[in-house]
Amino acid sequence: MRNKPAKRQERTNRYFDYTLLFIIIFLVCFGLVMLYSTSAYKAQAEYGDGTYFLKKQVFATVLGFSAMFIISRIDYHFWMRFAGLAYIVAFGLCVVVIFKGAESHGQSRWIKLGPLSFQPSEFAKIAVILFLATMISKMPKKMAKFKNIIRVFVTLVPILVPVAYTNLSTAVIIAGIAIALTFVASPKYKHFVALAAFAIAGGSLFIMTAGYRAERIEIWLNPEEHEKGFQTMQGLYAIGSGGFFGKGLGESMQKLGFVPEAQNDMIFSIICEELGLFGAICVILLFLLMIWRFMVIANNAPDLFGALLVVGIMAHIAIQVILNIAVVTNSMPNTGITLPLISYGGTSVSFLLAELGLAFSVSRGIKLEG
Amino acid sequence: MYRNKTPNRKKIMIIFVVICLVSLLLMGRLVYLMIFRSEYYGQKAENLHERERDIKAARGKIYDANGVLLASNRTVCMVSVIHSQIEEPERVIEVLTKELEISEETARKRVEKVSSIERVKTNVPKETGDRIREYGLAGVKVDEDYKRYYPYDSLASKVLGFTGGDNQGIVGLEVIYDQYLQGTNGKILTLTDAKGVEIENAGETRLEPVDGNNLTISLDYNIQMYAQQAALKVMQEKQADSVSLIVMNPQNGEIMAMVNVPEFNLNSPYELNFETTEEYDSEEKQNLLNQMWRNPCLNDTYEPGSTFKIITASAALEEGVVKLTDNFSCPGYKIVEDRKIRCHKTAGHGAETFVDGIKNSCNPVFIEVGLRLGADKFYDYFKQFGLLSKTNIDLPGEAATIMHAKENIGQVELATISFGQSFQITPIQLATTVSSLINGGTRVTPHFGVEVKNPEGKVVETFAYEQKEGTVSKETSATLRGLLEKVVSEGSGNKASIAGFSIGGKTATSQTLPRSDHKYISSFLGFSPADDPQVLALVVIRNPQGVYYGGTIAAPVVKSVFENILPYLGIERGEFEEDNGEEQ
Repeated sequence: MRNKPAKRQERTNRYFDYTLLFIIIFLVCFGLVMLYSTSAYKAQAEYGDGTYFLKKQVFATVLGFSAMFIISRIDYHFWMRFAGLAYIVAFGLCVVVIFKGAESHGQSRWIKLGPLSFQPSEFAKIAVILFLATMISKMPKKMAKFKNIIRVFVTLVPILVPVAYTNLSTAVIIAGIAIALTFVASPKYKHFVALAAFAIAGGSLFIMTAGYRAERIEIWLNPEEHEKGFQTMQGLYAIGSGGFFGKGLGESMQKLGFVPEAQNDMIFSIICEELGLFGAICVILLFLLMIWRFMVIANNAPDLFGALLVVGIMAHIAIQVILNIAVVTNSMPNTGITLPLISYGGTSVSFLLAELGLAFSVSRGIKLEG
Repeated sequence: MYRNKTPNRKKIMIIFVVICLVSLLLMGRLVYLMIFRSEYYGQKAENLHERERDIKAARGKIYDANGVLLASNRTVCMVSVIHSQIEEPERVIEVLTKELEISEETARKRVEKVSSIERVKTNVPKETGDRIREYGLAGVKVDEDYKRYYPYDSLASKVLGFTGGDNQGIVGLEVIYDQYLQGTNGKILTLTDAKGVEIENAGETRLEPVDGNNLTISLDYNIQMYAQQAALKVMQEKQADSVSLIVMNPQNGEIMAMVNVPEFNLNSPYELNFETTEEYDSEEKQNLLNQMWRNPCLNDTYEPGSTFKIITASAALEEGVVKLTDNFSCPGYKIVEDRKIRCHKTAGHGAETFVDGIKNSCNPVFIEVGLRLGADKFYDYFKQFGLLSKTNIDLPGEAATIMHAKENIGQVELATISFGQSFQITPIQLATTVSSLINGGTRVTPHFGVEVKNPEGKVVETFAYEQKEGTVSKETSATLRGLLEKVVSEGSGNKASIAGFSIGGKTATSQTLPRSDHKYISSFLGFSPADDPQVLALVVIRNPQGVYYGGTIAAPVVKSVFENILPYLGIERGEFEEDNGEEQ
């Protein structure tokens, strides 16, 4: 495709990343199938309708695809002017949710808008990507100075505080995106070694200071003995009983109420149980393929802003996939992170697809040579 | 607008490589979990999903020789709770506490335990089970179960034995024939979701239970009842500690009755069989229970006393060291080495033949005979008669004979052994050994088990028992029978004679250790018909008050048993002389 010059526009041959599109469509459809398989039991038991979760997710997916299509047709520079506004709106929503949010699982993370509910932290991620990409692309030379990297982080503090208050894992993801963006923009390495050391020290201190966080470490190290290791153990039972080829689609036992929130954070464990090691590794490889496409787009992006946007998206998805699978396999302490495009969550899938629209928009900016 | 420069690309590449490496680690973790730990987690998951419900198999029944049911089963209930299905835990705890008479704490522990199914109590009476079922409480399961039931409560309690909560034999025949009586429980395996709701179409695995086989024993309910009545009567009259009574067929070793009063109630084996106001701690109580469950016919040894003279006489006759016409003289004692051993008749029996000596149960005669035999020969006969090995009766815990080591038998020991003292054997050993001496010399194995039938009534196994010919010659055996008949018709055992029946026998009175307690064991061994013994009875009365002579108190017990069972066994009245015996 790349080597074939189109007939009409010879000089500025617009590129569209169909590989990425197919991966996304495949992952979304696969996600819907797995979501139905996982959630049908709970949906039937609690709402008397096996497709309850599926319907909501399909609606959000359609909404997301529409947004993706529209955004992909708009020049991504258009959004630059809204970067500051998006940041402020995101901050505002994240503060509002603390006081007016709808309760779910003891934490208020949702804002009700009539029949729809909306999770501001999902919007916050995309707003931060846009905001940082805009900010850094305006001062690329300055990024060589450590002081300015710190300044980038300091500007993030206002939004990190309310986000971390309601949803610590989202704050971690936002911080991760920020590190990825500054790392790419800065020509230096040493700064990031220092930053990593600082992050590790800070993280350890953070864990030590709160009892419930230390408890999570204990659960992680010893899930079988710990009385609160129930969720972790149920996930491991699901994964372990999958074996090489799994029990077959729809045959999971653990989804029948044993794994709590099977359609959310723990959906990967059900994928393991039904599709086995083979299926699980295929899913990971699909995500890697997607991330590889992001790298290609970022490397060929017409300007630094586009590249940073795509790097932000890449970091966002990669961090979520890695943290989710690490939690499910008990490779790290439990924290609530969804598997992008597959876990249940309307806001998440809508905003992710919209975010991917941005990546397509950047990819359309690539000018093919020849 | 700034360009995307090469250093930026290099860094994007680094990020990608890092992501790939981390993903590779996670894949490695997945391989570990899903391949190497698969079996472990898979099994744990299965245990969580599978609910196993037992379908109880009925334990085999025990029938007597005539088909009278001695041990059966009764339907009881097992109450369990399924944690995930319980809707009103407090109410469930309240009902279970009330109906099952368990502490609230216990009920709470069971109800609040997170498990797929938790057993609360077994062996619950059916009425209680039905009542609990009527509450209709969600998550409470009442399953039918079997409990051993003994229709005659205490009949042959120490022989039959009983079973524990899991229907496994604990003492007696229930232990020995456990493998035949035990059925195989069936199972229903179902897959359930986290609420414990069974999953439809998940393929329920059902294993049908196999009921246990039925056992027929040689014990005869009627004979056992007669024997028990006779034993109880003498125990009460003589205020004895306990009375044992064995009735067996000397020809083949089948035991027709084995009474050990006081018996205990097999349907409540954990209640002591005597009234007490004392409070026992659990260890004391367990000791008392163990004592109560013992079968003294084979678990305990005693000094046989004069009944043992049958064995001494057999050995001497077989060896030819004494003839029936040999003359002896009894001055009331005999001096062996430096000991003066007394006869029970202190004035002495005077001049007498060997026949008189056995009729009178004269100690000096038997001391003389024993000394003639010598320790080596005597010991060899013990071995030949089977006295030194166990009888191998089909009951658990048979005690071994306690005998002097051969090299330690001096003249004094030899003298005391000759009339049945200074060593100990079990009552069943004595009955078995005498059986083999009077039946023509065939050592039999005393036993209860006859055959095993499956629940449909087909014979699965007929038991065969070891028999050893030639423990004594037929002539000696015949001579012995004649001698023992005279003991009853003319001698010390005359209180056992019954008009019209030929009965052989021997009395005994022995003193328990320590001698200073002045406690006695009074016993009598009798058989009939004297010339062709079909039934042999041994009664052992422990610590009778007042008169304690075997001939006076034990012989009438066997007489009363024989009066009832000889006609029952089809042993015909003969037309022979027996008038001497009754008047003596």
